[in-house]
Amino acid sequence: MKILVAIKQVPDTATQVKVGGDGKSIDTAGITWIVSPYDEYAVEEALRIKEKRGQGEVVAISLGPDRVREALRSCLAMGCDRAIHLNDAAWSAVDTLATARALAAVVTQEAPQLVLCGRQAIDDDMGAVTAQLAELLGWPCAYWIMEEAVDADGKTVRAARQVEGGLEVFDLPLPAVLAAQKGLNEPRYPTLKGIMGAKKKEIKDVKAADLGLGAEPAQLAVLGLEALPPRPPGRIIEGDVPSAVKELVRALREDAKAI
Amino acid sequence: MAGEDIYGSPEHQAFRAATRKFVQTELAPRAREFDEAGRPDKAIFRRLGEMGLLGIRYDPKYGGQGLDYSYHAVFLEELTLCDNAGVGMGVSVQTDMATPALARFGSEALKERYLVPAIRGEHVAAIAVTEPGAGSDVAGIKTRAVRDGDWWVINGSKMFITNTANADWLCLLAVTDPAAGYHGYTQIIVPTDTPGFSYRLLDKIGNRGSDTGLLFFDDVRVPVANTIGDANRGFQQQMNQFQDERMVPVVAGPVAARRLWELTLEHAQQRVAFGKPLAKMQVNRFKFVEMMIQITAAQEVAHRCIRKMVAGEDVTLDVSMAKVFVANMKQYVATTCVQLFGGSGYIRENPAARAYVDWRLGTIGGGADEVMKEVAAKLLRI
Ligand SMILES: Cc1cc2nc3c(=O)[nH]c(=O)nc-3n(C[C@H](O)[C@H](O)[C@H](O)COP(=O)(O)OP(=O)(O)OC[C@H]3O[C@@H](n4cnc5c(N)ncnc54)[C@H](O)[C@@H]3O)c2cc1C
Repeated sequence: MKILVAIKQVPDTATQVKVGGDGKSIDTAGITWIVSPYDEYAVEEALRIKEKRGQGEVVAISLGPDRVREALRSCLAMGCDRAIHLNDAAWSAVDTLATARALAAVVTQEAPQLVLCGRQAIDDDMGAVTAQLAELLGWPCAYWIMEEAVDADGKTVRAARQVEGGLEVFDLPLPAVLAAQKGLNEPRYPTLKGIMGAKKKEIKDVKAADLGLGAEPAQLAVLGLEALPPRPPGRIIEGDVPSAVKELVRALREDAKAI
Repeated sequence: MAGEDIYGSPEHQAFRAATRKFVQTELAPRAREFDEAGRPDKAIFRRLGEMGLLGIRYDPKYGGQGLDYSYHAVFLEELTLCDNAGVGMGVSVQTDMATPALARFGSEALKERYLVPAIRGEHVAAIAVTEPGAGSDVAGIKTRAVRDGDWWVINGSKMFITNTANADWLCLLAVTDPAAGYHGYTQIIVPTDTPGFSYRLLDKIGNRGSDTGLLFFDDVRVPVANTIGDANRGFQQQMNQFQDERMVPVVAGPVAARRLWELTLEHAQQRVAFGKPLAKMQVNRFKFVEMMIQITAAQEVAHRCIRKMVAGEDVTLDVSMAKVFVANMKQYVATTCVQLFGGSGYIRENPAARAYVDWRLGTIGGGADEVMKEVAAKLLRI
C-alpha cells in the first residue's frame, strides 16, 4: 500500500515569533524549523501502517523553499522511503488553495491509496489544506483522527475522530484523506541509523511546470500581522484579609467584570 | 559556526536535533528523580541503545553505528544537557570508559557476549581500576587475579566505581604477575552476579544521580576466556582506554559551562539591586565576559581534540592538557555563577549550586590534574 504524507515545515514551538518589517509576515531570522507536530503524527501513523502490513511505501511531500529539504530529510530519517519537494518561485506566496492544488496534482501522479496530513500546521493554524486537497481529489476525508485501521485488503479505512466527550467512528472507502490529531500515536525519534540511511534516499525536486501548473494569484491576502498586546501587569491587593477580600471582589466585579 | 568542519553536515545537524529532543524529553525532566534514587533508571540505557547511541563508534557487526568520533562528540555534547551530571557520567562510563578496550582488544566471543548487549543497552558496564589504596598511582593497585586452570580467582577491592549498583559487568584491572612490573596487569570482564562479589554505595557531595561504590572481591571465579586482549597487557590497554575516558569531560565541559553561563545571565538580567539589573553593573558584565573568554577558549581546545580523534591521531598530550584546562574553567565558572546568584546559588536545586559540587570532581576523577600534568610533562620532555 502506498501512503503519501503531506508535511509542513514550521517554526519551532519554542520560538518567540516576531512580526517582520513588512508587517505582513513573520521575521524568519534565527528561527529553528521543525516538522509541524501534527504532521509528525501523520508520518508515524503512515510508518506504522506500512510496518503492520509488512509492505508498502511511504512518501513524504512538502511545499516550500530550500530550507524545507531539512524537514523532508527528517521524515526520511524517521523511516519514509522517499520524499517530494515542491520548490518553485511560482509558489513563493501561495495560499492554502494553491498549496492544495499543487498537492492534488502530485497525488494524482503518485496515486497513493491513502493521504495523511496533520489536523493543522502550527504556524498559522489554518487547518484548511487537507480539506481542500480532499475536495479537489473528490476523495472522502476525516479530520482530528485519534485511531485508524486499514482493512486487510486495503479497500477501506475505519477512522475514529475526536468529538466532545468521545470518538466518532467512520468507515471511509480508499483512497481517502485523513488528518491526524494529537494522541493518534507517539512519534518515534529518528535513530542514528535512520539519519545516516536518509542520506541515500531520494528527495525529488518538483517545479510547478512539472505538474502543469503556473503561478496563480492568491485568493487570500494577508493584510497585516499584529503582535498580541503585552499582558497588563498583575496587581497585589494589600491590607488585612477582610478588607482585601472586599477589594478583590469589587475589582473582579467592577474592573475585570469577571463575576 | 565554530566546529562547522567537525559537525556541520546535515546528518550531524539532524542527529543533534534528534538527540536533543530525546535528552530533553526523556532524561532532563527526570533529572531530580535520578538524584533521589541515587542512580539513573536502568531503563534509560535500553532506550539509549534503541536510539543507537551506545555504540556510535563501534563496528556494526556488534550493533554499533560504525561512525567516526564527530558523531559521538555530538552525543556527548547533548547528553551533558540532561540536567544531571551523574547520569551523564554513568552513561559515558558505558560508552567511553568501560567498553573501548573490549571493542579494541577483546576476542570475538567476548565481544559477542558483552559488547553486543552493552551497545543494545541491555547490559550496564562499569570500569573498575581505582582501589582504596591506589588511584592516581594505577600501578599501585593490589587486587589479584590468580590462574586456577581455566579460571581467574580474584581477591581484593575497588573504590569509587561509577555504575556500581546498575552494572551487569565490570571491566576490571587486576594484578596477574606481581614480579613483571607494568607487564603484570590484566583486564578481565567480571559479571556482577558472580558469587563472591559484593559492594557498598558511597554518599557523595555531588553527581548524586550516579551510583558510586566500593567493590569487594572474595574468591570471585571467572573464566580465563573473560580476559580482554592479552593477559599481562592490561596496564597498557587501560592507559589506552583512559584517553577515551578523558575526552568525555573535554567534549562535554564547554557545552555544560556555556549552559550555566546562559542560565546565570538570564538571572542577572532580571535580578535588580540598587536600582538596576545585576548584569548592568560593570563588575558583573566583566565577569560574564571573562567567563566567556574561558568557555570559548575551552571550546576551541575541545574542537582540536575532537579533530584529532576523528583523524585517528594520538590525543594523549592534547587531551591531558585539555582535561586540566576544561576542568579548571568549569570550576571557575561554577563558583562565579554561584556568586552571581547570591543566596539562591547556595540552594541545592539551583543550577550553579549543583554545578559547584558536581564539577568539583573534574580536577580529580579520571586522572587528577597533577597526574595529567605528569603525563604532559613526560610527552613534552620536560
Ligand atoms: C565520583 C567519582 C567517580 C569515580 N568513578 C570511577 C570509576 O568508575 N572507575 C574507577 O576506576 N575510578 C573512579 N573514580 C576514581 C578516580 O579516578 C580517582 O579518585 C582519581 O584517579 C584519584 O585517585 P585517588 O582518589 O586515589 O586520589 P590519590 O591518588 O590519593 O590522589 C589524591 C590527590 O593527590 C594529588 N596527587 C596525586 N598524584 C600526584 C602527583 N603525581 N603529584 C602531585 N600530586 C599528586 C592530587 O591532587 C590528587 O587529587 C571515581 C572517583 C569519583 C570521586
